Formats: sequence, C-alpha cells, structure tokens
Amino acid sequence: MSRLRIATIWLGGCSGCHMSLLDLDEWLIELAARADLVYSPIADTKRFPPEVDLTLIEGAIANDEHLELAQTARRHSKIIVSFGDCAVTGNVTALRNPLGPAQNVLQQVYVEHGDPGGVIPHEPGIVPVLLDKVVPVHQVIPVDYYLPGCPPSAPRIRALLEALIEGREPAADIRFG
Amino acid sequence: MDLHELEAIGEREQAQRTRLRILCCAAAGCQASGALELKRRLETVLTAAGKLADIDVTPVGCMGLCGHGPLVRLEPSGEMFERVTPADAEEIVAALEGRPCTVTRCDRQHPFFARQFPIVLRHCGQINPERIEDYIAVGGYRTLYHVIHEMTPTEVIAAITRSGLRGRGGAGYPTGLKWATVAKSPGERKFVVCNADEGDPGAFMDRSILESDPHLVLEGMAIAAYAVGAEQGFIYVRGEYPLAIERLQKAIVQARRFGLLGAQIFESGFNFRIDIRVGAGAFVCGEETALIASIEGRRGQPRPRPPYPAESGLWGMPTLINNVETFANVTAIIEHGPEWFSSIGSNRSKGTKVFALTGKVRNTGLIEVPMGITLREIVEEIGGGTPDGTPVKAVQTGGPSGGCIPASLFDTPVDYESLAAVGSIMGSGGMVVMDEHTNMVDVARFYMEFCKDESCGKCIPCRVGTVQLFNMLTKLRNRQAHARDLDKIEELCDLMRETSLCGLGQSAPNPVLSTLHYFRHEYEELIGAEGDHGS
Amino acid sequence: MAAKTLTIDGHLVSARPGETLLAAIRDAGITIPTLCHLDGLSEVGACRLCLVEIEGQRRLQPACMTMVSEGMVVHTNTPRLQSYRRQIIELLFAERNHVCAVCVASGNCELQRLAGMVGMDHVRYEYLSPNYPVDISHPRFGIDHNRCVLCTRCVRACDEIEGVHTWDVAGRGVNAHVITDLNQPWGTSTTCTSCGKCQLACPTGAIFPRGVTVGERPHASERIALIVEARKQRW
Repeated sequence: MSRLRIATIWLGGCSGCHMSLLDLDEWLIELAARADLVYSPIADTKRFPPEVDLTLIEGAIANDEHLELAQTARRHSKIIVSFGDCAVTGNVTALRNPLGPAQNVLQQVYVEHGDPGGVIPHEPGIVPVLLDKVVPVHQVIPVDYYLPGCPPSAPRIRALLEALIEGREPAADIRFG
Repeated sequence: MDLHELEAIGEREQAQRTRLRILCCAAAGCQASGALELKRRLETVLTAAGKLADIDVTPVGCMGLCGHGPLVRLEPSGEMFERVTPADAEEIVAALEGRPCTVTRCDRQHPFFARQFPIVLRHCGQINPERIEDYIAVGGYRTLYHVIHEMTPTEVIAAITRSGLRGRGGAGYPTGLKWATVAKSPGERKFVVCNADEGDPGAFMDRSILESDPHLVLEGMAIAAYAVGAEQGFIYVRGEYPLAIERLQKAIVQARRFGLLGAQIFESGFNFRIDIRVGAGAFVCGEETALIASIEGRRGQPRPRPPYPAESGLWGMPTLINNVETFANVTAIIEHGPEWFSSIGSNRSKGTKVFALTGKVRNTGLIEVPMGITLREIVEEIGGGTPDGTPVKAVQTGGPSGGCIPASLFDTPVDYESLAAVGSIMGSGGMVVMDEHTNMVDVARFYMEFCKDESCGKCIPCRVGTVQLFNMLTKLRNRQAHARDLDKIEELCDLMRETSLCGLGQSAPNPVLSTLHYFRHEYEELIGAEGDHGS
Repeated sequence: MAAKTLTIDGHLVSARPGETLLAAIRDAGITIPTLCHLDGLSEVGACRLCLVEIEGQRRLQPACMTMVSEGMVVHTNTPRLQSYRRQIIELLFAERNHVCAVCVASGNCELQRLAGMVGMDHVRYEYLSPNYPVDISHPRFGIDHNRCVLCTRCVRACDEIEGVHTWDVAGRGVNAHVITDLNQPWGTSTTCTSCGKCQLACPTGAIFPRGVTVGERPHASERIALIVEARKQRW
C-alpha cells in the first residue's frame, strides 16, 4: 500500500485547530508511519503539491489569498475536510461581517479606533486584500467532510482521520464551539 | 321598522328621483383621477343653467372600467363616458339633453360589459353608497326581513349549502358547511366576522364592493348572524382603505338608525350589532387566526389550526369568518333561490367571481364573471389583450399565494379545482396580466419580497425561508448563481410549503414554483456563475 | 374518560385523554427535537421542529399542539422529517450570529445541542450576519439579540408565570425581535421585577445573567416547570 499524502492548510483562523492536531501527541508518530505530510503550516513547503489524498482546511475564507489557496487545494485533493468552526461556519473570523464590507471594517479598525493618524495599510502583492464578507469554506469549494469544534478535540480529530485513512465513512460527530 | 315602512322608503325614494340623472363614479379609483372635481363642476354647470332641480348628479360606486376613469353614466339613456375631465362637464350635460358631445363614449356592447354577470356587483355604479335609501330603493334589506320572519336558521343554512357557494377569500371552503359548523358549535356567544383585510398586490375587489355597496355586505352579515346565532359582528378592514371605512361607518350608523341593525331588528327577537376594526396594514392579518388575535387586541400572528375559528375563534367562542365577497353573495342566493345560484358557474364552483383585472391589459378594472369562464375569455375578450398588442405571456392569479399561468394554458376554466390543477389558486380575485417583456424571475422575486416583508416572524420556515429565497432569487437575477442553486431554491420551497405554520408561509413559494415549472428556461438563462463549486 | 391508544413509530402507546401528542411521544421514550416548547409554558407551535406525520392527515402537525386521539398512527422520525428539521436548524443558524466559540451558553445551549441532534454539520444557506445590539442596561441580566431565536419562551414565562408581561415581540418577519416594555432599555423597565424567569427559559445565550462565568451558568430551563408545579401543588 502506497503512503497517503496528507496536507493541512491554515486560512482565516487562529491556528488553534492545528494546535489541537499537535495535541494528538504520540499518535502523530503512528500517523507518520502511514502518511506523509506534504503541505502544512508546520512543514516547510512553499507550494501546494499535486495529488494529495486528504486535506484539512482550518479557517474561514477572509481574503483573496485564502480563496486562491482553497481553490488550489480543491483541484489537487481527493478529499477536503472543513477542519474546525472557522472553516465550517466562519466563526470568530466572520464576526466582522455584521460591521459591513471590508472597507468599513478597515476604516473602523485602523482609523476610527486606531492610533491618531492611522491609515489603512495598502501593499499590493504583499498584504492580501480582504473579501467583503468572510465565508465558510464550503461556500467557495465543495467540501467532503465537516469537523466542527473550536477547536475540535484531539480524540475527535483522530477518530475522523482514522476512519478516512482506513477508507471508512466517519461517524457523525457534531459539536460546535 | 316593518316591511311596509321599508317599502314606503323605497317608493318615496323612487318618486323623488329626477327623470334625467348623471351618475358619477365616486369610488377610490375614479376619485384619484379627479371624479369629485368633475362632480362639483357638473353641479356648477347645472346650477348656472338653472337645471339642478331637474337633473340629479349622483355619486355612485365602481362602474368597473377603472383604468379608463373617471366614468360617468347618464340615466335613463344608459350612455357611458370615459376619462371625463371637469372641462367636459358642459358637454356631458349637452349629451344628457340629446345634443352633440365629443367626450369618448364607452361601448356598452363591448365584451368588457357584455360578458359580465353581475350578482355581487349588481348595485355597483347604480346607487349612491352613502345613502341607505338608495339601497332600500333597489330592494335592499327585504331579504333580511324575509329571512327573519319567514325562515328558520336551519332553512337559511340549508339554502346556502344547496347553492354551492364557496368561500371567496381564496381557499373555496363550502360556505354552508362553515355556517352549519358555527351554528352547531356550543358557545355562550358567537361572532360573525367579515374579513376585509384585502392585501394581495393588485387586488381591489373587496375595497370596491365596500365602497360601492356597503349595505349589501351588512345585510349578508346580518343574515349569517341570524343563521348561526350570533349577536355581534366585526368587519376587519385594512387601514389603507379610508374611503371604504368611512362608507362602512356611515352605512352602519344609517342601518342602526333605521332599526336594521341593533336590537330587535324588524321588531323580532333578533339582535345584531356590527363594529369596525381597522387593521394596521399587516398582510398576515387576513389569515383568520391572526385576524382574530388582532381583533382581540393582541399581536396579529396566526396560531396552528385546529381548532378552527368555527369552533374556537374570538375569545374562544364559535366564530364565522367570511370574506366580503362571500357575504355579498348571500342576499341574491336567498332572494332568487339556491337552485338559481347553482345553475350559474361550473360543476363544483357555483356562481360568479369578481376579479380585479390589472397589469399589461387594455381594459383594467373590476369584473364579475360566471365561474367556468376561461382565462382566455377574461384576458383577451374582456381585458382586450395587451395595450400595445404584444402577446400575453402569462396571468398571475391569487397574489403572493398564487401562481403564474402561461398563455398556453389559457383555455383553463376559472374554477377552484382547475386553477389549483395548473399550479395556481383562485385566490381572492387579483388577476395580473403579463406580456412578453415581463421576466418571470423578476415576478417571482417581487412576490417573495412581499412575503418576506409581510411574514409575521413567528415560525422559522417562513421568517427565514422567505429572506433566503429572496436572496437566492436576487443572486440569480444578478447572474451570480450556480446551476445547483436552483435545486436549493426548490428544496427551500418544499420546506416552506410543508412546514410553515400558516397559509402565508405555506403558499409563499407558489409564485416561485409555478414560474419554475412553466418558465424554467428563464431561470436557467440567468445562471451566471462559472464552475460547480459551493455545496 | 378512557385512555387513548395510539401507534407511535410502530409501537402501541397509551395516552391520557387531553394530553398532547408531544407528551405521549416522550412518555413512549422517543426523543424528538423541540425549541419553542418548554414544560410549564403554553404552546405556540412556532419552531416547527416537533412536526410529525399523522396517517390520514395531509399536513404535518406540530406534536406540541396536537391532542392525542384514539387509533392515531404517528411517525416521528421519517427521512422527510429529518431533512426538514435539519433545514430549520440551518435557517436558524444562518439568521443571526450564533457563534458558539464566544457564547456564554456554549455547552449549555439548546440550539447547539439541536444541531448535533438533527445532524446539522454545516449551514448551506448564506449567513445573514445582522448587526443587533446588546442591551446590558439591567443590573443583573443582559440580552444579546444576536443569539435570540425568537422562541418567545421569555415572553410566555414573563406573562404566564411572573404575570408581568415585560417582554413581547416587535417588528415583522426577519426584523421581529423581543422587546422590554414599549421597546425601552431593559434597565429602565418599570414592569420588570428582575425575577430572572426569562433567563431561565431562554434556550440559548440570548438572555444571560451578568457577572457569572460560562462554567457557572447552569442550564436551568426545567425550573420553570418546577415553579408551575409548586404553585399548583401549593408546596
């Protein structure tokens, strides 16, 4: 049996879901025996590789970079998992949505409530451009599985990964927050 | 008041009438286009000519051809003029005296008039709605006398049942059965309620009836009250109808003064008083349980049925709720007999139906036609097709609860079952004609916006579903939707239809579902988003 | 009057006459989701989660407001009902800002629990993301309208048990919201007795006690039924 190619990506979120993944402790060593981590914020890879078996997406789609990476991941992955509440619902990342479009939010944060003389940062090509609305991952690409939780606990992550690695349908496991 | 006095009033009224009369429409539509100014001008002209004693200028109710108002009719010649302006007053007087007149005449032989069958509207445009004497002169309140003195409540209910009359508010529930249920339901007190909370966009049947012939409705309600054993009635009329409210108030005061409402009507043991309750503009208050809550002084929200109001309505008492037009049919049924009534119309839908014909149609107005007439006859013959000759595309019946029927199905007869079979409903009588330039997604979106604004907010499927549907239709309109969004729209429509608490939410998807069914290509043409993402 | 016998999900069940179908279903040990229902309060049939299929009836009926009758055959958990329940929960999550991660009721919330119960693992509708205010003018309680599901349990608890009717609903459709007095800040209400029953009745974190940590806030909706029972029995 060939080794599985697993990727994890970190979009608009706090990285708590990745912390929870690291919380799997010694099971990670078992996982490493069966799969390669081909792309991840905790691995030194610059480009999302082709032919990935399983990708966990943490975080909501908040800017153009997130959108592009999610679409790339979808093109190159067999299975996509929305990993954690931000990916599934928008969660804390989407708390800015009630304040209106991106420009309103930036104005409030950098000018109205910022230091005197505050300006809205504008660095094309360096600072990603915010989308007007933060949306969950499944609103921009098809998602195969959902693992809500803020963050999902390590045992819940393990249950999902074990099922997917063994080619089983994961048991329903819904717990927001 | 007894029968002799009633007849004496009628005869005196006939005798006092001048031979020559000018009937000037004073319903809301013609008033809006200057009918009152015209009436004043006519009176001025007649006064100047010293003829005011010989020629009456009578304000009357709706003459039907509202789109061509203000309308004027001459008696006894019956000639009718359209789009009459105050400047035309001299010429109208000239016409009355047989001199030449250049004001446009209505063709009384036109199918718009010839194809109609007025029962409910029989006095509309004939009598002054603000004078009870006018109503008595055309035979008014004689049926009530007959009912009170010569019929038992059971006989009245039997007559209504045999006539085959069904609720004109839209759902078509057999009226006789409803009356019988209220009559048989135990309760200390019973109530009769007239639902005049007409809220469908494009509908003005009930308003026109109330503005043109309020006593007909009061008499119908009194007969119903006698039949079911009620002593108190309410007319729930929407606040947007100030003229109807004013005329109803006048009519109630007049009827009370004549002893035709109140205690011991026609010197019998039958008492019945009617009060008006003015709605504050919520569409949902046309739903009977919400209407009850509103009359009781609570927030106008529906509650699940059963129990139906016939068993437990106002303050928990058996309550008969009928629509304006239903009550307006009652006197004719008693007067001419149930067999006469059931000979009109089609197999399962008896009598006539009043429609407010609007939209892209040459003859806009109020019509009354026998049930079973086809949509084609209404739209093309009575309505005269579209103003510029563009082909008619569809007709919308039943307002936000109804559906769009394509021109290919215009041979469908207008009755409760046939309209339901083609995905629409009879509804209360709004009929909006659409031509080739009308986009059906826009139509569906318009009605969904209406439902979203008018949802009371009590149940989740309607409160949130209408907003989500409206947003999805907007997205589609902006060419931002995916192919699979159509499935999502249909799924949400199904949820709302099956799980909403009241008729508003259950029927809110109808305009979407019927246009999706008959005009799916118009939805598909608007699918603009690339790819197939989003799940 | 004799007890009624009905069939619920294939099992013969007996029920007291005058009992609701919901009570009979629960007596039979079957769980169906509810939200606007709370033991001790009147029924409104608004949330539509307890809709069941009754053989011979064309429309689905809310179990909480349907009386049991002899020979009734009821299905409480068909695939169609499951799908409707899930959609209703999705619509609720999309309506306001239900962010469990930052909510005082997380772990104690009926809406959160319902999501799991009906199998809603994501919301397919677009979030409406309204911007509702938080009213913390009352010294002991606060209301965050962003978390309100308009179940009106607070309105009924205040009216029917405390007998005060401080709470009611204003506005139509998706703009409907609960208000205190005539839409005055809660803290300025002249009718509120600060009894806290609204807070007990609230299924989510919309009405919350101030100065209490998330962990300390127990979910105590059942105390409403206890109060009603205590009064009835004159404890």
